[in-house]
Amino acid sequence: MAEGERTLKTPLHAAHVALGARMAPFAGWEMPIQYTGILEEHRAVRQATGVFDISHMGEFFFSGAGAAAWLNGLLTNDISRLSPGEGHYTLLLNERGGVIDDLIAYRIGADEYFLVVNASKIDEDAAWMRGHLQAGVSFEDRSEGIAAVALQGPRAIAVFSEVFGAGATAPERFHIASFDFGDARAIIARTGYTGEDGVEIFVPSAAGAALWDRLLAAGAKPAGLGARDTLRLESCYPLNGHELGPERTPLEAGLRFAVALEKIGGFLGAEVLRSQAAAGLKERLVAFSVEGAGAPPRAGYSLFSGQDRVGEVTSGTFSPSLARGIGMAYVAAASASPGTRLEMEVRGRRVPVVIARKPLYKGGLYEGS
Amino acid sequence: MKVPDDLKYTATHEWVRVEGDVATVGITDHAQAELTDIVYLELPAPGRRVTAKSPVAAIESVKAASDIYAPVSGEIVEVNSALPTDPGAVNATPYQSWMFKIRMSDPGELEALQDSAAYRQATGH
Repeated sequence: MAEGERTLKTPLHAAHVALGARMAPFAGWEMPIQYTGILEEHRAVRQATGVFDISHMGEFFFSGAGAAAWLNGLLTNDISRLSPGEGHYTLLLNERGGVIDDLIAYRIGADEYFLVVNASKIDEDAAWMRGHLQAGVSFEDRSEGIAAVALQGPRAIAVFSEVFGAGATAPERFHIASFDFGDARAIIARTGYTGEDGVEIFVPSAAGAALWDRLLAAGAKPAGLGARDTLRLESCYPLNGHELGPERTPLEAGLRFAVALEKIGGFLGAEVLRSQAAAGLKERLVAFSVEGAGAPPRAGYSLFSGQDRVGEVTSGTFSPSLARGIGMAYVAAASASPGTRLEMEVRGRRVPVVIARKPLYKGGLYEGS
Repeated sequence: MKVPDDLKYTATHEWVRVEGDVATVGITDHAQAELTDIVYLELPAPGRRVTAKSPVAAIESVKAASDIYAPVSGEIVEVNSALPTDPGAVNATPYQSWMFKIRMSDPGELEALQDSAAYRQATGH
């Protein structure tokens, strides 16, 4: 965002200020970084329930008889496999196979699709999709009219039931359904960005504050973007602009599970990915943890194997659950196997790190993984 | 926010306790609150010569790394070696959580530091 440009406020802004949140600009929005503390909010999500304002994210709706085939030509996953009420993680690529955005696409009707995109990419995604729009497909960007929250943690579904009524059964993982919330209609998706069970709830902006208050009254603890980042890093979920970008393909990012290379009709960028897969990857996105009590990783730090610089950190933090530094990094394929020991340069010194299997935190949704 | 009257302060939010020619240094209550949850601390080696306003230690919250600056020039004569194993103590008790002691080479540099009233005004407390 250009300097001096005004930041946007979500429908929950006043609620955050009333709670004494520390606010800061993020992706053009003034967002809560923390309320009482990142560590405390992180633990609330791992042990009970936290609620995040995700109203800054974008909500796109597509409809029409040609919508499925058209979306399938732009997105990496195979949207033809979705039944109504079902969603999946997918990516929007440029012609070079690089990532414009990662998102979740839901089929919400026979010919209706709902896409949730990153806040920082709403304009770029919309422009790209409009630029490729075909007859028979209608596209509506409803990002400005929607308030959204992510209710996450082992007690999230219990809190959801308390607020929406015992008769409201939460959809299955990666499924979506709609329920009444007062006079408003709420869209509920069993998804999240924390590695815990939970739902993401979308309501008209005017109903946002009431929903937030009800969730807090039912026991959800407000959690900010600080905890959102530590939680997603422990679960090794990529963040666009850090792990993903126009020069990185989903194969390098380890997102092969969301790329249907063989789907009928193909998709924009598929040829590049096929060539890359055939030639072999030069670099891979890995997760790693710091050995012992070394300094936490930070984006931009270099990783070394002996004297060779083999990688660069894309995100790093202190993991509240594991009580050590953790990070993600792109490293040379030869140094990318779990168990590989490397050194991270921090303020001119070398700190030992070890490549680990994803996810780093093996509780919550990944219990026993 | 606590700003004890018997200490001196820097614009970079270190506190300084002066005893003879030795300056004991930590970070202020304001600084720990701004940093939030402190999870890592890197202290200088005893014997190191330091120059006023140069970075000599590093402190990290969950979110970010920050430098801690030498308020005065001199030699590091002692560090609080127990502190890096309990960095959260800096949040809980910032004025007891001293980090290092400097034997001053130029005590005249103390004149450039703020007293409690000036620091309170500078930080709006």
